Amino acid sequence: MKRLMSGNEAIARGAFEAGVTVGAGYPGTPSTEILENLVKYKPDVYCEWSPNEKVAFEVAAGAALSGARSIVTMKHVGLNVAADPLMTLSYISVEGGFVACVADDPGMHSSQNEQDTRNYARFAKIPIFEPSDSQEAKDFLILAMQVSEQFKTPAILRTTTRVSHSRSLVEIGERASPGKPVGFAKNPSRFVPIPVWGRPMRVRVEERLKSLQKISESSPVNRIRWRDRNLGIISSSIAYQYAREVWPDASFLKLGMSYPFPDALIREFAAGVSSLLVVEELDDFIEEHVKALGLTCRGRDVVSGIMELSVDRLRSSKARLEGRDAAEPKPSPFSEGLPPRPPVLCPGCPHRGVFYALGKEKVVVTGDIGCYSLGAFPPLNRMDSILCMGAGISMAHGMEKAGEPQKVVGVVGDSTFFHSGITGLLDIAYNHGHSTIIVLDNRTTAMTGHQDHPGTGRTLMGEPTLAVKIENIGRACGISRVNAINPYDLEETRRVISQEIAINEPSLIVSRAPCPLRERKKVGEPRRILAEECKGCEICLGLGCPAIENGEGGPRINETLCAGCGLCQQVCPAEAIVSGVRA
Amino acid sequence: MSETRSAKADAHENETETETKSIVLVGVGGQGILLASEILAQAAMLEGYDVKTNEVHGMAQRGGSVMAQIRYGKDVKSPLVARNGAHILGSLEKVEALRFSDYIRPEGLAVVSTQAIMPVTVSTNAASYPTDAQAEDRLNRAFPRLVYIDATKIADNLGDIRAANIVILGAISKGLDLPLAAWEKAISLCVKERFLETNRRAFAAGRNYR
Repeated sequence: MKRLMSGNEAIARGAFEAGVTVGAGYPGTPSTEILENLVKYKPDVYCEWSPNEKVAFEVAAGAALSGARSIVTMKHVGLNVAADPLMTLSYISVEGGFVACVADDPGMHSSQNEQDTRNYARFAKIPIFEPSDSQEAKDFLILAMQVSEQFKTPAILRTTTRVSHSRSLVEIGERASPGKPVGFAKNPSRFVPIPVWGRPMRVRVEERLKSLQKISESSPVNRIRWRDRNLGIISSSIAYQYAREVWPDASFLKLGMSYPFPDALIREFAAGVSSLLVVEELDDFIEEHVKALGLTCRGRDVVSGIMELSVDRLRSSKARLEGRDAAEPKPSPFSEGLPPRPPVLCPGCPHRGVFYALGKEKVVVTGDIGCYSLGAFPPLNRMDSILCMGAGISMAHGMEKAGEPQKVVGVVGDSTFFHSGITGLLDIAYNHGHSTIIVLDNRTTAMTGHQDHPGTGRTLMGEPTLAVKIENIGRACGISRVNAINPYDLEETRRVISQEIAINEPSLIVSRAPCPLRERKKVGEPRRILAEECKGCEICLGLGCPAIENGEGGPRINETLCAGCGLCQQVCPAEAIVSGVRA
Repeated sequence: MSETRSAKADAHENETETETKSIVLVGVGGQGILLASEILAQAAMLEGYDVKTNEVHGMAQRGGSVMAQIRYGKDVKSPLVARNGAHILGSLEKVEALRFSDYIRPEGLAVVSTQAIMPVTVSTNAASYPTDAQAEDRLNRAFPRLVYIDATKIADNLGDIRAANIVILGAISKGLDLPLAAWEKAISLCVKERFLETNRRAFAAGRNYR
């Protein structure tokens, strides 16, 4: 039976069919739906959202050491967080199959950078698999699990946004037995990498890589398709799909297992074609190796490594390759001068009140990763830096210690706080910092589609659990000034923020109100503007609320969009905004 | 491992490429583009076609411009529609239709909702939104085959303003070679029971428009 599945659904299906019994991860676009789909196979599979990717990686690694088959899921930047366990799991090896499913985001659709996870495979000396559609996503997960278990190596399944979020047809199979019974077999020389045992492990890693290369040479997922011998293209992942549309007649070497490199296969392919082209997204990972083999090829000189590829961009590459004019086509004249539509904080978003209040203070705001990153845009303009998860807190402390003349406020979300904000807060308390830290607690991991976390009182398995209070963690870290505010009460929000910024002590403010999108209900009654009372000052427009539209007759509130948070009513000096529908 | 394909198979593959139908659906995050995309893909699948779709998640969904792409045929390669590659462009918002106008083929069909949703850039006076007359003029020039339809009003009259996406899908269905039975089956597979009747009527209203 064939089903239409996204790449992420197909990976989950593959994990189920491969006999996986443990799945852990931290949400991150474009990887999130893997675990959300895998948990549908409970009770056969245990799944959890861990507080961060490092924890998730270690949970899955622990399961694998006990002999269970496990996966861990994350976006590309999540693997940076989990890089520590990755590098040494490669040494201590696994007993049950272990696959890290990592989704890259070429084009930065929903990410702060572009990173090519293939580099991590070479770095950690482990195999990597790159599906180009949903069928391959399922098949390659199963293959990666087999290779992992056979060679006792962690493996990476690397997708990109377009592989994870494109749907295509998948043939459904049966679930395999989860393998041998779970039971940890004590073996310190294998699992304890203190130098005396770690040094032999180091040697075994290289030996394993040689064995894996034989698989890479012979596996049907690395295959040559001979056609016109004038041009041979080496490609992988979604770039392969674009390339075969642009060069339908060329010969292809398609790499499904792109590390370790199949050197003999690459040489065979190069010898069989007159000219060689590498088409890959992001880094010149394959091209560099092809050149290191002493082969001549084109690649980065005609195919860009910046932002995602497409059929259109590869058509330009083709023109460059053939020495023709490769001017990118001009945008349609009909799309000129249209108003841009960037993503914005939703109507009723509880973060808006805090950013509005921060806009009244002369402070530096070190921000973080989440919906609230949107507070950096006009008209709120109230986030001055973003680095990575948790940095909103630690960078505030660093600025302060450097002698930054302005007061510094660190802003993070609730899920981000649990992810990697706690250690930063501990640092502020420990090292006599006095930054003001605001946790925007909207009771969910909102940006990735509302996943639970340690503060929500629910697990991914759907069970009720303890709901960790951010205030309690703050106090336990040693912060004595802890305030909770309601961000829909602008007066209170402004008062507490002003007061805490002014005091030279570390301070934690928890701004708490649930995400209305998650709750699926309005905050209050929709507001409307009494035209006869409106003075046209446009202060309400400074909230950046999508429900407040500015027309020729002055601002008006779109009733359908309005979530009834009432912030506009609180900022209106003319008292022209009221609740309730027209009489 | 290598394989060799016959010249006949090669020729066949090139031929099928031209048979791949490409559709782009655009609008603003939250308008229901993903459901419309799912129904279309399901209908094509029920007819035995190879199908690939793509959609946007995460940050881009927060009230920003969104696009879903659907391609079906004998053997679909790229899930993305190339510039000037779409046989049909469906838009739930008029400015978004113009924004993505270079996706459509010169002879392609555009089904555009008259709905206007103001971006925050307009409310903050950083940009201006075209007047109704300006928008309609541009749409007529951009799309020689234009169906300009007040899908929101039609859906509202049917009792659920959110079904505007299905009205647009109904109008799109007239430009595709999928039989009505496939559409109806697809809708029943993708839509929750309690919304089914409204959505069926919304689809019919779009399909029978003009």
